[in-house]
Amino acid sequence: MSWFSDFLASSIGRKVVMSLTGLFLIIFLLIHLAGNLQLMDFIAHDPADEPGKAFNLYAKFMTTNPLIKAVSYLLYLSILVHAIQGWVLWSKNRKARGSQKYAVKVNKVADGNSFAASNMGWLGTIIFIFLLIHLYQFWLQMKLGKLPMAYYDGEEVKNLFFIVSEAYESLGYVIFYVLSMVAIAYHLDHGFQSAFQTLGINHRKYTPMIKWVGRAYSILIPLGFAVIPVYMYFFM
Amino acid sequence: MKLTLKIWRQKAPNAKGRFETYQVEANPHMSFLEMLDVLNEELIAKKEEPVVFEHDCREGICGTCSMVINGEPHGPMAGTTTCQLHMRHFRDGETIVIEPFRASAFPVMKDLAVDRSSMDRIIQAGGYISVNTGAAQDANAIPVDKDTAAHSFDAAACIGCGACIAACPNASAMLFVSAKVAHLALLPQGKVEAKRRAQAMVKQMDLEGFGMCSNITACEAECPKGISVENIARLNREYLSSALGSETVA
Repeated sequence: MSWFSDFLASSIGRKVVMSLTGLFLIIFLLIHLAGNLQLMDFIAHDPADEPGKAFNLYAKFMTTNPLIKAVSYLLYLSILVHAIQGWVLWSKNRKARGSQKYAVKVNKVADGNSFAASNMGWLGTIIFIFLLIHLYQFWLQMKLGKLPMAYYDGEEVKNLFFIVSEAYESLGYVIFYVLSMVAIAYHLDHGFQSAFQTLGINHRKYTPMIKWVGRAYSILIPLGFAVIPVYMYFFM
Repeated sequence: MKLTLKIWRQKAPNAKGRFETYQVEANPHMSFLEMLDVLNEELIAKKEEPVVFEHDCREGICGTCSMVINGEPHGPMAGTTTCQLHMRHFRDGETIVIEPFRASAFPVMKDLAVDRSSMDRIIQAGGYISVNTGAAQDANAIPVDKDTAAHSFDAAACIGCGACIAACPNASAMLFVSAKVAHLALLPQGKVEAKRRAQAMVKQMDLEGFGMCSNITACEAECPKGISVENIARLNREYLSSALGSETVA
């Protein structure tokens, strides 16, 4: 296996690991957003139903379906590998740059978002802190905590919607959430197209499309996440 | 034109350096290096130590001149080496900050001169063709299509100056290495050793302590020869196919 560990320890191998885990997390965001949008079912729900039925049933499905469970372990692993590898790269790159900084430095780039590109470590760290809070608040409560129960047609379901809507009543939390989405937007704006370049996918026909889709994705996905707590804070 | 220069002065590799301020009277038609020559003549006349800087061809093709001028390797002009940068691009009375290329793999030797032998060692690891390619071929005897030849030539324009490394926030040498790998891998003579070359050069690059590429593209923006980051994607492909696809277990 030594050729494989050599590959993983090489500079390009490390970047490929960042790229593949990053792309997996990018796809995960879309699935997660699709789930979260069900929080908004109170807009169109039948007045006879309690709000949150669609979301609670979905949360139960996501925590009990064996296939989803298997994928979720891959997700936890990807988050950890992406974060730890990211910090390793960050520290190695700082070491390579050296202790003597430039007195004057112009940050000119040929293409892309230079702020995001040169601050991926900081943005990633902000996102990781957000994730810790986020997982403690919702994921851990769903797994281990005592949640109020909801009953739909005699079926007993954990009322995750209740603690989510409770959290979104706090203005401070909504602001924290929205700012975290801004960090994700910047992280994605660089990360999306960078993941393809690292895999060697740079083509004069397709790279402009990848960059366009990446820019749209990095705006729309975090915006979709951010709209939910803001809407629920003001209109629920 | 009157200029104020803030120049990094450092006596020896491990000595502590600092900025010194000088006044110099330059002609707008002078190159940046000629302006520094004027300064050094004055310093020598005053029996002071002249500023050490590297230069050779002064035609923009050797890659020897290496300094960061007002925060940019080779100064503010795109696609221009320091020796081809002319003083008419600066304002009369301007203050210019001049520093050496900075990176852990580029230790300062003296003043503005840094040790770039780390790049030589990367070339020694595989940046060459060692198979017998025979005598010079007839034109068109080896079929290479126009686009491929153009890509290879664009990569071959790399003069190995190290501006990409100096500009990169990660001090990564990927643009330099990728230009060398792409230049050779695209042509029939270079294809023979392409897999081994990508492995060997990346391995040496990692050993020299260069950083890892985050696809920031500061390298391309500052490259005096406009080498594109498309080459970095090609290096990634070459490396992936040789590390994962070749049957040689190195």
